[in-house]
Amino acid sequence: MLPALFERFGLNQLWPTGGFPGGVHPPEHKITADSPIIELPLPPQLILPLKQHIGEICAPLVEVGQHVLRGQKIAKSQGYVSASVHAPTSGTVVGVQDHAVPHPSGMGRPCLMIEPDGEDRPDESRAPISDYRNEDPALIRERIRMSGIVGLGGAVFPTFIKMLRDQRHPVQTVILNGAECEPYLTCDHRLMLEHAHDVLRGMDVIMHAVNAQNGVVAIEDNKPDAIAVMRGAIEAAGMDNVEVRTLPTRYPQGGEKQLIQTITGKQVPEGRLPLHVGVLCQNVGTAKAIHDAVCLGVPLIKRVVTISGDAVPNPANVCVRIGTPIPFVLAQCGLEDLNDVRLIHGGPMMGERLPRTHVPLVKSTNGILAFHRQSLYSEQAVEEPCIRCGHCVEVCPAGLVPNELAWHCRNDQFDRGQDYNLFDCIECGCCSYVCPSHIPLVHYFRYAKGQVAKIEKERAFAELSKARSEARDNRLAREQAERAARRSKVRKQHAPAADKAAKTAEKKTDEGKTGEGKTEAVKKEGDKA
Amino acid sequence: MNILMAILTLGGMALIAGIVLAVASRAFHVEGDPMVDKIDAVLPQTQCGQCGYPGCVPYATAVASGEADVNLCVPGGERSMLAIADLMGVPPKEVEEEAAVPMLAFVREDECIGCTLCIKACPVDAIIGAPKQYHTVIEDHCTGCTLCVEPCPVDCIDMVEKEQVLEEWTWAAPGKRPSVPQTLHKDEENHAASTV
Repeated sequence: MLPALFERFGLNQLWPTGGFPGGVHPPEHKITADSPIIELPLPPQLILPLKQHIGEICAPLVEVGQHVLRGQKIAKSQGYVSASVHAPTSGTVVGVQDHAVPHPSGMGRPCLMIEPDGEDRPDESRAPISDYRNEDPALIRERIRMSGIVGLGGAVFPTFIKMLRDQRHPVQTVILNGAECEPYLTCDHRLMLEHAHDVLRGMDVIMHAVNAQNGVVAIEDNKPDAIAVMRGAIEAAGMDNVEVRTLPTRYPQGGEKQLIQTITGKQVPEGRLPLHVGVLCQNVGTAKAIHDAVCLGVPLIKRVVTISGDAVPNPANVCVRIGTPIPFVLAQCGLEDLNDVRLIHGGPMMGERLPRTHVPLVKSTNGILAFHRQSLYSEQAVEEPCIRCGHCVEVCPAGLVPNELAWHCRNDQFDRGQDYNLFDCIECGCCSYVCPSHIPLVHYFRYAKGQVAKIEKERAFAELSKARSEARDNRLAREQAERAARRSKVRKQHAPAADKAAKTAEKKTDEGKTGEGKTEAVKKEGDKA
Repeated sequence: MNILMAILTLGGMALIAGIVLAVASRAFHVEGDPMVDKIDAVLPQTQCGQCGYPGCVPYATAVASGEADVNLCVPGGERSMLAIADLMGVPPKEVEEEAAVPMLAFVREDECIGCTLCIKACPVDAIIGAPKQYHTVIEDHCTGCTLCVEPCPVDCIDMVEKEQVLEEWTWAAPGKRPSVPQTLHKDEENHAASTV
């Protein structure tokens, strides 16, 4: 609120620039920061949801019983906003069925089941583009699209769409998001330490594809080793136009809009994209995936995931094939018994609790946190009345007034909620985190957003029904009018002839009578014969 | 004399105002009753007739004329009732019948004799078919009004619950326990229930 006031009075010079308002600093718990990435073995079965991204669901390209190779495309996108699915290993397709996916609803989606054959034979139809700097950017975009790459920071938006070259909005700066502001998660941190070179090459591919002049690698200051490694790698690669920017450790520093505000000082306006302020933001994991797809010809079939939480005996950063069942991954980290354990998909601030445990690991999984039931804060918290302390307003990075907003959402006054910019909420969870009354504010906002979408959908359906009903009424009226017109026309045509017709009819009946008599006579004769 | 002037002045003003009003009512004439349209806009347009009127517009007309109560729309539920009460400026009333879960009509095609009676009954043209060809319901257009069930001579139309899909799922209000659908996978562990 305050920055907005300053801006209004032309005093924005007074406000410290280069940062987003609000934010919190929860305990970091980055217990896996020093554990190197471990490659996990293949599970007995892989479950691949046909939709792991934002957009249209994919259509399967393989049949049950078919043998597939590692990296083979097994489901193709059916719309523009979509990302295809590839086989994570070689094996046999054993089923196409609904299976529970990591989602707070616990509901299922169509999934492809693959039984690995253990040979892990690759599909080598896609050649690496080693000389990407002299390649057509459209071809690189197409390769990224074909490789099923989505934003691996958690939003899973198809990456190729973000890399579209728009003449009106040229991209000046590519920001590589290595902030990793969520507590517990360390997968991006480890990726930067162990694969700095690949990540930077991925960034170079992106910069070439969108023709950006400069690049920024954004890392929070709680990862000094990653900052040093990335600086060294940039120097070694001779990338003069790329710099590492150290950011203060503050959640949600890694939020796209927040990061852009910190680095460029520009706010992405409501309803616009980073593109509109000349910025393209990609996660370090996505950059690595782009490197693999372009320079190695390997589609997105595995990712790095942090397995952590107080219920996991051996927390670790693991490199897992997409589609691996989560219980299998947890068992590899020493957690076999999932009774009385709560699973969180993602980080503790924005992640969602999984109502089902037998779900696969998908493209959006950046962390799986397992907690004992008693150590989960939301288990004990009881909602109490708002005391209007205003902490939520202070920490909201989007500059909203969460307490007022929640009040309207609780009372189902969704239009009032939208007056308070409900849809600008990024669901970061800062307000719920600081609330002394344990009000689940973000939950209220998620509820309200869902209800608004539902009401909108119902209204659209009502409009459609009304149009159909009106069309039917019009058609019935028209048909009736046509029938009436036809009847009167027939009557008019036959009106002068009607009298004549009546007379002939009379004559005919006379003739008929005589005729009948004749036949009767014939009949009688026949009987006699 | 003064009195005469006053009468003439006021009379003249009244005359001018009258003429202006008469012209305005002609020039800005609105076809139909705007209140009917407003009420019709908040109704769910199922055309189901559960309110006792043969469709949403007739009900809206009846409410606007003060003939019908504001709480008769069953599929619209409380939300429609509150919106109508707000428009009419009357106190809200309890909706008597609980709004049922969204339903869809389903024709058991092997039993359908192709009589077209249900097609004629459907208020939104959501059933397709031809005489002596079996009929089927267009799922996306069915409003679940049940008007097709009654005319069917062989009782081959069922009302089935609309399947909940993940794309349409929304968060329940805090404090309300979300319902988790039945087991989807054979290997589902027993503790799935305990983790809810």
